[in-house]
Amino acid sequence: MKRLLSVALLSFVAASVMAATEEFTLTIQNHAFAPKEVKIPAGKKVKLLVVNKDATPAEFESKPLGREKVIPGKSAATINLGPLKPGRYAFVEEYHENDAAAQGTIVVE
Amino acid sequence: MFAAALIVFRESLEASLIISIMAAATRGIPSRGRWMVSGVLAGLLGAALVASSMEGISMLASGIGQELFNAGVLTLAVGMLAWHNIWMSVHGREMAAQAQNAARAISEGTRERSVIFLVVALAVLREGSETVLFLYGLATGSEEGLRTTITGGLSGLAAGALVGGLLYAGLLRIPLRWFFSITGILVLLLAASMASQVARNLIQADLLPSLGAPLWDTSALLSQSSAAGTLLHGLIGYDAQPAGMQLLFYVVVLVAIASGMFWVAQRGQSGRLSKQ
Repeated sequence: MKRLLSVALLSFVAASVMAATEEFTLTIQNHAFAPKEVKIPAGKKVKLLVVNKDATPAEFESKPLGREKVIPGKSAATINLGPLKPGRYAFVEEYHENDAAAQGTIVVE
Repeated sequence: MFAAALIVFRESLEASLIISIMAAATRGIPSRGRWMVSGVLAGLLGAALVASSMEGISMLASGIGQELFNAGVLTLAVGMLAWHNIWMSVHGREMAAQAQNAARAISEGTRERSVIFLVVALAVLREGSETVLFLYGLATGSEEGLRTTITGGLSGLAAGALVGGLLYAGLLRIPLRWFFSITGILVLLLAASMASQVARNLIQADLLPSLGAPLWDTSALLSQSSAAGTLLHGLIGYDAQPAGMQLLFYVVVLVAIASGMFWVAQRGQSGRLSKQ
């Protein structure tokens, strides 16, 4: 019985590791996004790690995605995304949203 | 300077709309002005505190501290607005109409004043903390100096306050007969719109499913970044690309508060009838 339980537990852990959400990274440096386009898979939950290398705080904002998060200076924050339909979803660094460098797109395919 | 003015305008506009609607809805409550000013000051103090501890807040609850904090602030505000609309609106109406029975007015006014204070403080806290962080970034960044930042920020704040003031002045022109019904509806929509924001934060924290995101897309028709879109967002919670869960929260809170208001109004009527 014990062995059966541990097998069940192990397979559960294995399944959850395999199902772990994929993570993508977006960097902010000198108030500019790199990369400007992040490709993510459709119909799945993913995590977007936004790394702010500037000393000043930044705010990741996307009206199409309904996301808004402050990323303090010299730190990183995870933003949960999806499941999404294929398409292009714009985002900005709200504090510098008029600079082209502070605008980017999540491409879902 | 223009960037500073624009951002501060947008953030202060939402708080300013909430404050004007609250100011109108609590017309006739004695010394409510003093409580609103205290609310603004407490909110500003809170915003500065939140901004300075944003790093700590962000790291709480394994990275979803910010979302939980925002959802908490908004939930509290929804609760206060519901309380105001369901329990207080009846008395507010009576107080404004009669302005008599001073003792009762004071005891009920005290509770209503704490609602005013909290709603105003929470609105300023929420919109203010992002603004403080933004201005801090601008002022310390090399591209713009402290002076242009302050000038821009102040002009944005003045513009935001002006729109709120115009809304308030407009509301006051409504005849008293309809006045409290209209402010009641505005407060109701404000609460529903905040509830939809609660849902948005909980989806972002991955605590709730989105139930379809976006549920619809009217951004081509009325962009949320346009002037009308921004105003409608602040007033009734317009969202060009909402998640299904946001709509669910919106409708549930709207129906719940409206039923509460209806129930209290009915009870008030039957109470009066049985006394006759």
